[in-house]
Amino acid sequence: MFYRLSGVHHTRYEDTRRLWPIPADRRLVAVLFLLALSAPLWLSELYLQNYLLPWLIWSAATLSLTLLMGVAGQLHFGYAAVMAIGAYSAIHLVRLGVPFELAFIGAGLVAAVIGCLFGAAALRVKGLYLVMATLAMQYLVDWVIVNVPAISGGAHATLQAPEARVLFFSFADGLTRYYFAFFWAVFMTLFLLNTKRTSFGRALVAIRDKDYAASVIGVSPFRYKLLAFFSSSFFGGMSGAVLAFCFYRAVTPEQFGFNVSTQLVAMVLVGGLGSVIGAYLGAAFVLLTPMILSNGIAALSDAGWLSVSANLLAHLPLMIYGALIIGFLLAEPLGLAKIYDNMRNYFLVWPFKHSRR
Amino acid sequence: MDFLFLAELFVNGLSTGLMYSLVALGITLIYKASGVPNLAQGAMVMLSGYLVWAVVSLLSWPLWLAIALAVVGMFLFGLATERWLLRRMVGQPVIMIVMLTLGLDIFLRGFVPGLLGAAPKRLDLGIGLAPIIVADVFVNRAYLVGAIGAMVLIAAAMLFFRTRLGTKLRAVSDDHVASWAVGISVERAIGISWGIAGVAAVGAGTVWGSVQGVDWTLSALLFPAIAVVILGGIDSLLGVFVGGLVVGVLGSVIPGYLDPIVGGGTRDVVTSVLIVLTILFRPYGMFGREDIERV
Repeated sequence: MFYRLSGVHHTRYEDTRRLWPIPADRRLVAVLFLLALSAPLWLSELYLQNYLLPWLIWSAATLSLTLLMGVAGQLHFGYAAVMAIGAYSAIHLVRLGVPFELAFIGAGLVAAVIGCLFGAAALRVKGLYLVMATLAMQYLVDWVIVNVPAISGGAHATLQAPEARVLFFSFADGLTRYYFAFFWAVFMTLFLLNTKRTSFGRALVAIRDKDYAASVIGVSPFRYKLLAFFSSSFFGGMSGAVLAFCFYRAVTPEQFGFNVSTQLVAMVLVGGLGSVIGAYLGAAFVLLTPMILSNGIAALSDAGWLSVSANLLAHLPLMIYGALIIGFLLAEPLGLAKIYDNMRNYFLVWPFKHSRR
Repeated sequence: MDFLFLAELFVNGLSTGLMYSLVALGITLIYKASGVPNLAQGAMVMLSGYLVWAVVSLLSWPLWLAIALAVVGMFLFGLATERWLLRRMVGQPVIMIVMLTLGLDIFLRGFVPGLLGAAPKRLDLGIGLAPIIVADVFVNRAYLVGAIGAMVLIAAAMLFFRTRLGTKLRAVSDDHVASWAVGISVERAIGISWGIAGVAAVGAGTVWGSVQGVDWTLSALLFPAIAVVILGGIDSLLGVFVGGLVVGVLGSVIPGYLDPIVGGGTRDVVTSVLIVLTILFRPYGMFGREDIERV
């Protein structure tokens, strides 16, 4: 019960190479999975649709960005544009009469092909210059979406997600939307956890650590940088499609602006670069903390305990969000995942601190 | 083709471009000394615009005093940012540093308008609105003053690097360890470069504030400023000057002809395309120093 490594003796290599070699972790994952699966039973409609659902989708999007930034080490400040491409292509494909399941994959493919153009910059430069190049491409994609009426439906227009069904379940139903987002988050989690253990994942890590050194040992930087951008944009585009169909239901270009790109990078960094659990924690933290804190301050000011002007109140989320990024980078550069890891390591052997892990 | 129209776009583009250079100056100064890309420069420009406006309007002090106070304030702000934020990030990967300055940018964009009011404020420099007409070309008077101010400040920065302190700064930008070994305080040099970037931000904030009003949109000047430093070379003062002119002229002439056709907003596109093309074909810009990487 307490000493959770008790009785854990792996006798085969397969056992140590499992996704979660320690039974305590497996149990935790199972409990979380069941909790999320049964969420519609114990969570009110409001919290399910407005908090849990977007959290799952943003976590999935963060995971696909983690594949690029954390695993492959390529910086990307235009990820919201990739998601926008996915969202708009999915909507237009469904409008053309393509079944949602195919449109979903098509959205990923379109986003991946255009995402590879972002990757073209990565073949030439890295680090700071890559940040600038992807940032500029974000503006280009935004402009194209806004100014081509065939895509956005005219400037300042919202594009309604059409009626669609996935495997006989209609998206008009809230439960379908939740379970589809849940499925997508689980899929991305398993994909990322397993990718890190494949030769593809190891090649990406080699590129991240030093691309010249990787090419010396026979990992082609050209091939794997493009593959990293392709696969990450593929899943990013699909996450954008999930966001459009399950959460927003009607998309505008502003929902995928530069601020959203920074927000995604902030989720990856606050969570911890390259960590799967960090993507979930980071997404929750970046999405919820500014909201909760500014709601709290608004409540205090309503109760008359604190005098805050309406103007300041409107700017509070932005302030808190900025301060959060600064604070995390200074205090814990490895992010929430590191904090979780420390706690886990402590409790794993508690109360026998002296034992080896 | 209407030659007068082209000339007008060209001249106004030149002056706008020089004003972009003013914003970009701070980024280059900091990058030169410490290798930190300061994405908070736009927010620092906004902060200094607000500072000048606050002293002039709220305290109703004269403009020159307001600018002097803002110069002192922003110098200290730069020093403090370096001391309390950036110095603790030394040795971290570049993504962390980029994100830190971006976090500062987001924080300032919330904090300053939150405290001093989000509605656009008028900052009157007493220039007047009547355009100057030179050989039938209309020249915006405020932009002209801004351009002259920009040239003065860039020239001052170039001269500054000839002084004793400036020489130390150049040594630091060449090699941190070597300058440490000969007794130059690297920390102080980097701090001073941040302070000077703050002073440059006051120049940009005052000029841009008088042209387009003081509100959060001043921080969006970061984007053209990035184009300027990328095009000119991120560690070159000459690059700031020439890059600003190119970005300004292209960002004025091309939208002048394209906007009526495609329906507006092409200035950002020109800026983005400039950034992307520069990075694809000549990443270190026109006058920047090419980094040589070793395994």
